[in-house]
Formats: sequence, structure tokens, C-alpha cells
Amino acid sequence: MADHQAEADLIVRDADRPRDALIASFGADRPLKLDAGVSLSPFQIAYTTYGTLNADKSNAVMVCHALTGDQYVAQVHPVTKKNGWWETLIGPGKPLDPARYFIICPNVIGGCMGSSGPASTNPQTGKPWGLEFPVVTIRDMVRAQAMLLDHLGIETLFAVVGGSMGGMQVLQWAASYPQRVFAALPIACATRHSAQNIAFHEVGRQAVMADPEWRGGRYHLEGTNPRRGLAVARMGAHITYLSDAALHRKFGRKFQDRENPTFSFDADFEVESYLRHQGITFVERFDANSYLYLTRAMDYFDLAADAGGTLAAAFKDTPTRFCVISFTSDWLFPTSESRATVHALNAASARVSFAEIVTDKGHDAFLLDEPEMFGIVRGFLEGARKARGLTSK
Amino acid sequence: MTEFNAAKIARTSTGTRVDLVLVSQMVTRGAKVLDVGCGDGELLHLLGESRDVDGRGIELSREGVNECVAKGLAVIQGDADTDLGDYPDDAFDYVILSQTLQATRHPRVVLEHMLRIGRHAVVSFPNFGHWTVRLQLLFAGHMPQTDILPYSWYDTPNIHHCTIKDFVQLCNAIDVKIEKAVALNAWGSPLRLNAPWWFWNLFGEQGVFLLSRKS
Repeated sequence: MADHQAEADLIVRDADRPRDALIASFGADRPLKLDAGVSLSPFQIAYTTYGTLNADKSNAVMVCHALTGDQYVAQVHPVTKKNGWWETLIGPGKPLDPARYFIICPNVIGGCMGSSGPASTNPQTGKPWGLEFPVVTIRDMVRAQAMLLDHLGIETLFAVVGGSMGGMQVLQWAASYPQRVFAALPIACATRHSAQNIAFHEVGRQAVMADPEWRGGRYHLEGTNPRRGLAVARMGAHITYLSDAALHRKFGRKFQDRENPTFSFDADFEVESYLRHQGITFVERFDANSYLYLTRAMDYFDLAADAGGTLAAAFKDTPTRFCVISFTSDWLFPTSESRATVHALNAASARVSFAEIVTDKGHDAFLLDEPEMFGIVRGFLEGARKARGLTSK
Repeated sequence: MTEFNAAKIARTSTGTRVDLVLVSQMVTRGAKVLDVGCGDGELLHLLGESRDVDGRGIELSREGVNECVAKGLAVIQGDADTDLGDYPDDAFDYVILSQTLQATRHPRVVLEHMLRIGRHAVVSFPNFGHWTVRLQLLFAGHMPQTDILPYSWYDTPNIHHCTIKDFVQLCNAIDVKIEKAVALNAWGSPLRLNAPWWFWNLFGEQGVFLLSRKS
């Protein structure tokens, strides 16, 4: 119990004062207007940066993180001590090289790593927000990121890059602020969340809420933490990030540290043990309410609905150049979703590239070592650099 | 499987395929161009370098697409037979179908879409009326194979071969205006301009047509 309390306290601490990150604070004069019809004020955004902004401020790249990601994209995570979640893509000699670009990675609004969210302290009460925190959308996240950009004195982004929920933010950036985005790289995502994906999210949320320690979202106040519920949510979600082939290749029907089945409900199989580990490590770094808020934000995402029902209208006359990437074994955001995005961009006469990468690694492939993806990202960014006049520098 | 053997098409002294040079010369400078079946992006690259065009491409093969995108070209994976319908009217100045017509399932529909999406269309194709092709069928009695089209009848991606004469007939049938037509011989040289169609149809190895809508 004491451990759980310490863990919960740590999550609240990181939600207010994240380690190894910068904070942009927005006071009462700069409220964040939310789609829910209310304003969030004051609020803060935690972010990291890599590289140097050039003199004419034309080399800024925004990296948007996925559901359970955060701003520690290319550095050691202060809680897990693991490497940054996209160090395969970002770093010296990588497609996103800090020697060339000024890379900004903010924690999303509603997150729990320093940007205002349900685990943050509500300035009105001095206590964690919990479910008092307003429901946020992908558009709200991007609106907040645009305010961060203003705060940094940067008018346009050379590129916005992200996968999964990060890719949704990329598409939202292009739809909301076409003049501020030169190049957009939405990876393994869609312009709306499908019924199946909403269904998976609902299972995860119900797992959290079914945990008696959730206490109607007031666990921070009551000194509990819905670890089991959040772990189950993570386990279920994690399966959707992989593929049948990847699970089979990695685990098959192998037993965990034993020769024979125990005829019990222990984690006999390696795959069970792996999923339990995924669940347990996740709760050490993630706030359960934040998980509810961010899954909800993804569920509400529907660019076509925002544009009056026609997806192409969301990108009408866009000056942004797009590179859409999908993966053959991704069944969470299948290629058909990316193709629909591409069709809409074509109908809007946008300059769009689209590539599908062959892999059996499922949705998570975007985070992994996929040389073909890196080649495409590199080529697309090189072409965009030429068009932007950045190559001579 | 590519539709043809590009290595056997004649090249200029600088190594560029003559048919692509001819196609690029039919496109006005700075135009907005869609290349349907753009392969590894050689034509799009040439158009960008030599004609300063705003080029986009569609390519069926994943390898081709990924190669193009990695080169910085705006190319999507797609099928000429099914995906052209998604493009709005008048989205491009030129829609190009280079060495791909014979591999489409519905050449007529593809051509109609091209002239809906673009004000002009440029089509190049291997002429199946060429004398070497005719002789193979006449004397050897088997489906013709050429250096450029080396496939056996049972495993060819080229399912709708046509002759220059056939193509002219299709243009007439769908009321398309032929702005310009050139036939290239096996060495990549254009045939005499004032030659009659039957001469082109017999001695042209490649046909390259610039088309526009009549109305």
C-alpha cells in the first residue's frame, strides 16, 4: 500500500514537474480553448528539444507522440531509464538529425509527463484534477502545441512527424494550420478512429474503472492506484500493437521457465509472462486517468466530421506536402485507412506520397528498426528540404 | 513485374530513354503533371529537372513506389484501373501514361479518366503493329516476343496490346483530339513526319501521342 502511495505521488510529481524537460507556462491571459466548450487556464506544456533553431527559424520539426508516449523521444526516460522511444529515427546520422533540425517534442495536453492533465494539480484546489479535468481532443492537443510554437517564437514548422495518435496530431496540424506546416508525415494512423478501435479502447477504460482502487477517478486523493486495471488495459492494448505473426515468431507456444504446463493459471506461456511484464512496467510510468482521457481523445478524432462530412474539405487548397506511411501487418490502423487519407489528399490536389512497408511487426513497426521506412522518411525530408531551400545550410 | 524491359529501349547520349525525352518535350514548362504507372520515377525525375514541372506519380509496384519516395518524388501506391476515379476534374495540366496502357484492364476507361483529370494526356506504348511483331505471328506462328516485351503469352502483365492504328481508332471513338503523334523506330529516331499512318504502324516500334479534349 505504501509503495502504491509512493508510486501515485511520483506520478503526480512528474505530472507537475517532469524531470529533464522544459516547461512552457500559459497564464490567465493565454487560456486554451477546448472543443468541450470550456477553457483550460492556467496550463502548462512540458517539452524537449534537440538541435538548434536556425537564423530564419525554418528548420523546426515537431514530433508528436503516441497514446502512451511522451516528450522523451530521443533521450533516456527519467522514470524507466530506457532510451528515447524514437531513437531509431532521431539522432546523429538518422533521418531526423539534430545537426540539421530543431526538433521539438511536447507532451500532449491530457498526458501525465508534465503537460496539464488529470494527474496535474488543479490550481483552483491545489489537488490533482482527476476527472474534474476537462475532456480533451486531438484538436485541443494541437491547439496547445500551436500555442507552444507561438511561445517559442516560431511561425512555421518545416515538418510535423508522428505515428499512431501522433499521426492523428500530424493530420490535425495540417488541417488546422495548413500555413504553418511545410511537410507532414503521418505514419500508421487514420483520419478517424474506427468502431473497432473505439471498442478496444472501451475495454481498456472499463478495465481501469472496474479496479476498486480507481475510486471513481479519485485515487490520487484516496492514496490508492488502479494498477491492476491499468495493467490489464495495457495488456489488451499491447496485443493490438503487434500481429499474430509477430507474436508467433517471438513466443509461439513456448513455456516460460518450465518444461511442462502447471495445470494452473500461472503464466505458463512466454506470451503471458511478456504481457504481464508489459502491464506492470506501464503502471510505473503512466497515470490511469490520463489513459482514459487520451484514449477518449483518439475516439473522438474524425477529421471528415469536423470538415462537414467530406474528408477532402479538411485539406482543401493545402500547401503542405504529405508523406503517408502504413505497414502491411498493422491491423489497428490498416493500410486501407491510410489509403483513404491519400484519396482525400489527392481529391484536395495535395502533394502526397504514400508508401506501404512490408513487415510482420504490426502497428508497433513504426517505432522499430524498419530500414525501408527510414529510407522513405529520409528521401521525403530531403525532397522537402530542397523545396524549402534548406539544403545549402 | 514491370510491363516492359526498359534496358532495351534506346537511350540518348546522356543515358536518358528516348521515349521519355519525347514525352517530356510534349509537356509545357512548369506544368502540373500526373504520371500514371511511374515505375522507378525516371520520367518524373526528368520532368522535374528539365521542365521544372510539379510532378506526382501513381505506381502499382510497392518497390517502385518506395524507390520513388526515397528519391523525394511525390508518388503513391495505386492502380490506374481503380484509383484514377478518386482524382477531381482538371486537377492536372497533363496526365501521362508511359508504357503502361497495354497493362491496364480497361484502357478506354483509363484514357477517359486521364482526359477528365488533366487537360492533356500523353500516352506512349509499344506498337504491336511493328513489322517484327507481325512477322513472328505470320511466320513463326507464336505470340510475338520482342526485346522490349520479352514475356510469354501466359505470364505477361501486358494484356491489352494495340497497334498505332488501333490507338488512333480508340481516340476517334471517345472523341479525343490528337494534338501530336510521333512514332519512334527501333533506334529511337522519330519516323518521317509526313509519313502515312500505315507506314508508322509498320515501322514505328513506339507510339507517343499528345491528346486533348475536343470540347
